[in-house]
Order: sequence, then C-alpha cells, then structure tokens
Amino acid sequence: MSTRVELEIFEGPLDLLLHLIKKNELSISDIPIATITEQYLATLDLLQTLSLDVAGEFLVMAATLIHIKSRMLLPAGDDGGDDEEEGFDPRDELVRRLLEYQRYKEAAQDLDQREVLSRDVFTRSASPTEEAGPRGFREVSVFELLAALKRIIDRLPKDTFHEVTLEKITVREKMTHLLDILRAQNSILFESLFAAVSSRMEIIVTFLAMLELVKVRAIRIVQEEMAGPIKIEAAADMDGVAENVVLDQAEEDPYGA
Amino acid sequence: MEREEVKSILESLLFVADGPLTVQRFAEVVDGIDKETIHILLQELQSDLEAPSRGLQLVEVAGGYQLRTAKINGEWVKKLLGGRPARMGRATLETLAIIAYRQPITKAEIEAIRGVDVDGVITTLLERTLIRAVARKDVPGRPFLYGTTAEFLQLFNLKDLTDLPTLKDTDEISLPEISRDVIPLEQAEES
Repeated sequence: MSTRVELEIFEGPLDLLLHLIKKNELSISDIPIATITEQYLATLDLLQTLSLDVAGEFLVMAATLIHIKSRMLLPAGDDGGDDEEEGFDPRDELVRRLLEYQRYKEAAQDLDQREVLSRDVFTRSASPTEEAGPRGFREVSVFELLAALKRIIDRLPKDTFHEVTLEKITVREKMTHLLDILRAQNSILFESLFAAVSSRMEIIVTFLAMLELVKVRAIRIVQEEMAGPIKIEAAADMDGVAENVVLDQAEEDPYGA
Repeated sequence: MEREEVKSILESLLFVADGPLTVQRFAEVVDGIDKETIHILLQELQSDLEAPSRGLQLVEVAGGYQLRTAKINGEWVKKLLGGRPARMGRATLETLAIIAYRQPITKAEIEAIRGVDVDGVITTLLERTLIRAVARKDVPGRPFLYGTTAEFLQLFNLKDLTDLPTLKDTDEISLPEISRDVIPLEQAEES
C-alpha cells in the first residue's frame, strides 16, 4: 500500500523522465532515446502492475518518445521535411521542456526551504474568523431582511406629494455613509439606518448599499433572536474590503437616483 | 516624544496587528513622527530582537513589518499549538512557483510547463488565496490569467515579488537531484 502512495510522487511524465535521466547518470542534452524510452515504458508497465492509474499524459509522453526514437533512426535531412534546418535534432523540443520544468522544480524547492509561515515561524494569532461572531447572534436571512424593508417602506406616508425634484443619491454615497457610521459606533439598528430617510427611492438605495457591503463581507447583519431587532455591524476586515469596493463602484453606478 | 518611547509604541502596534503593518500605517497612527524615523526605529527593533535570548523576530514581509516567532523555536510553538499544518505537496509548490515567476499566466500555460493537468491544484491555491485571477487573456476563450497574492508573500516570507530568488537560466541547471522521497524502481518492484 505504501508503495502505491510513494510511486505517485512522480508529478508527471517530465518528472519521471528527469528521474530516469538522473538515475542513469545521463546528460540531459544528449539523451539516449532508445534506452530512456525502454525504461520509461517499463516504468509505466510497473505502475500498471501495481494497479495505479496511469494518467493520459504519461501515455502521450510515451507516444512522443517513440516518435522521437523513430525520427532518430532516419538519416539526417532525409526525412522529407523541407523546412528543417541543418543540425535539427528531434530531441530538442523534449530537452527544452525538461530543462524548463527542472527550472521550476528547483524554484519550488527554494520556496519550500524558506521560513514558511505556520510551519517554521508563527505570528501571534490568525485573524479573527467571520464564523466566530458574538455568541447568541445569528445571521439574518434575506427573507427577514425583505420583510424589514417592507415595514420601513410601509411607514412612509401614503398621501405623499408628487416628487418633482431630482434626487441625487447614489449607492456609492450610501455605502460610504454606512461605513462612516460603523466606523464611529461599530453597529447600528436596521431601523435607525432608515430613520432620517424620507423617500422610497432613498430607502431602496440605502438597502442596496447595505446589500453590496454584505456581499463583499465588509459588514454583517445579525439578530439576537428570531424576529428580534436586526443589527448591522462592522465585519472583521471592514476597512480592508470596503475601500476597494467603494472605489470600484465609482466607475459605474447603475442605481443612481 | 522621546525616541525610545516611539520605539516602544511601534513594538506594541506590531504585537496587536493582525497582518504586516506598513510604514505608512505606523505614520498615520503615531502622528508627528516622520516615516524616515519610523523606518530607522523599526530597523533598530529588528536588530534588538536578533539577540539569542529573544524569541521573536521582526520581518519585512508583503510590503510591511510583522512580528514572528524565531525559527529556532518552531518545534516548541508547534507543540503548544498542537496539530500539524498541512504540508504543501510538490504539485502545489511547483504550480505556485510557476505562477510566481511567470505571472500573469493562464492554466494552459502552466500545464504546458508541468506536463500535467493543474485544475485541482489551481482550485486549492485559489481557496487558500495564495493566487487570484488578475485578468483575462485576450485569446480565444478569454482564459483567466493568474497571479500571486499578499498571502503568498506572507507564507514564504517575501518582501515583494522582486524578493523571489533569481530563477536559474536553463543553461545553469545541473542534473536533477533525486529527491529523498523517491524510492528506486528496483526496490519498488520487490515490494
């Protein structure tokens, strides 16, 4: 069983080829294709005997090796190709790929030898996770939010005057406003957020601004009990995420009223 | 404010910070102190902590400064924290290295270098926020181009991308080393 696992350390056909080249102490720039092809195929057989799934890419490489081997058997410049230069070696492309792969394999080892965080060195603690909210609070469902929004809209006087002035309230402005409030007091009741709001459009824009901020996890909407008061509070990394979003929003603001 | 006083404040800020703090951020908090002075004081703090009796180090990472435990004490810290951090597999490390050096890069370009499918690895790296999609390449299919994140810099203790070790040229590459965990094929056949 352990053999099965350990053989899987061949990260792919290039890795297996590099291993065979090293094992046979061959020069990477002058690979004896016949020998390598034979050993490569023998290894694939072995993998199959051990009932390991040989991935498709291993088979593609097998075909490539056999193709190169057959090309090597042809006399140079006599294989019918017009566009092939003098000194063309069918192995060139493979050698280039092997070297390129080896380069990044070494780079990966270099990374692994650095002081890796949470393996070699540690910081005071991980940043607080979103899940670890205050005890007893629960996330509010979107249905509860919509119900709360409806209550606010219903509170508006029914026989309102016809609005003639064009209001200039954008979602972005409301987002910035809400963030400012939360920076100052950390949390606000859903109802209070709409206290000073007088028009239907402004309620909707405020609501959309709040949803945008929830979406990017700048704020959280919680309540202590079912049907209890809904609270909006700053998330752990409010300023970090909010800054980008508000800037992004500046580009286009489809909800501008 | 006295110099030593400011230095003490900087140390306190470093202690409570959740991530690397930039000199800019220090300057905003400790008003009236210019960035140059902050920089010098941080360097001093850094060398103060190099004393063998100290268990912390001040590292410059991901564009800021962060307090980390001394590497030599790693085993003890691990014992306290319990659990074993998931070791990053070779497939993950190699893919990450390719993205780090070649960014922005598409999945197909990574696969061309590694010679294997990298779907699963990309998903893992995205979940761990070590990479992110930075743009789309203007070729048919408009595939995502991936790049590394600040978390990547933090994980490998890098100041910025220029702090990555220089990639070897292909003509400098020696014969590959057999990695220690490779069992020779003969042995595999016996078992």
